[in-house]
Amino acid sequence: MARPFFRRRKSCPFSGKNAPAIDYKDVRLLQGFMSERGKIVPSRITAVSGKKQRELSKAIKRARHVGLLPYIVK
Amino acid sequence: MHGARISDRQMSKGSQYMPLYEHVFLARQDLSQAQVDALAQTATEIVEQNAGKVTKTETWGLRNLAYKIQKNRKAHFVMLNIDAPAGVVAELERQTSINEDVIRYLTVRVDELEEGPSVMMRKQDRERRPRRDRDA
Repeated sequence: MARPFFRRRKSCPFSGKNAPAIDYKDVRLLQGFMSERGKIVPSRITAVSGKKQRELSKAIKRARHVGLLPYIVK
Repeated sequence: MHGARISDRQMSKGSQYMPLYEHVFLARQDLSQAQVDALAQTATEIVEQNAGKVTKTETWGLRNLAYKIQKNRKAHFVMLNIDAPAGVVAELERQTSINEDVIRYLTVRVDELEEGPSVMMRKQDRERRPRRDRDA
């Protein structure tokens, strides 16, 4: 049966074993969830679960506060 | 989940429940490393005078900032892992906010303090190694 608009459901990158821990100090990990402009990418694109997305956005905001990540990239 | 953890730790400590904190502060870029160490030392003293413990001090060195903070493009980063009653953090933050050499600080309560070096320290050796090693 052809399902033209079917897309495989991606799983959350922070669930399952040996998933990375969300930490505001891990700049490189957090950068993967930000756009080139420095904005937080919505979870519908990155497939992060709701709970982890809340943790992630908190971590990004903490990292921004201490100057590890930018608020905006012009 | 939270309650269980508190009671476990309370039993092991006996007297007072002591939460765990990570305290990061950024010092002005034109300070010398010795002055930064002195700042970390005073912070440690504040914690210890108030019946707390500093379990680890990590110096991340002079790092570039993502944006200018008080006209600084770079800053010395220091992280302290603290095991202390809540009042200590209030006192520590009060004193750091007065200090003009500290341009930014952040205290976060954590469930567990990291034992070994944090991501910041690990990343540096990861970069030194060639990338092909990852598969091995």
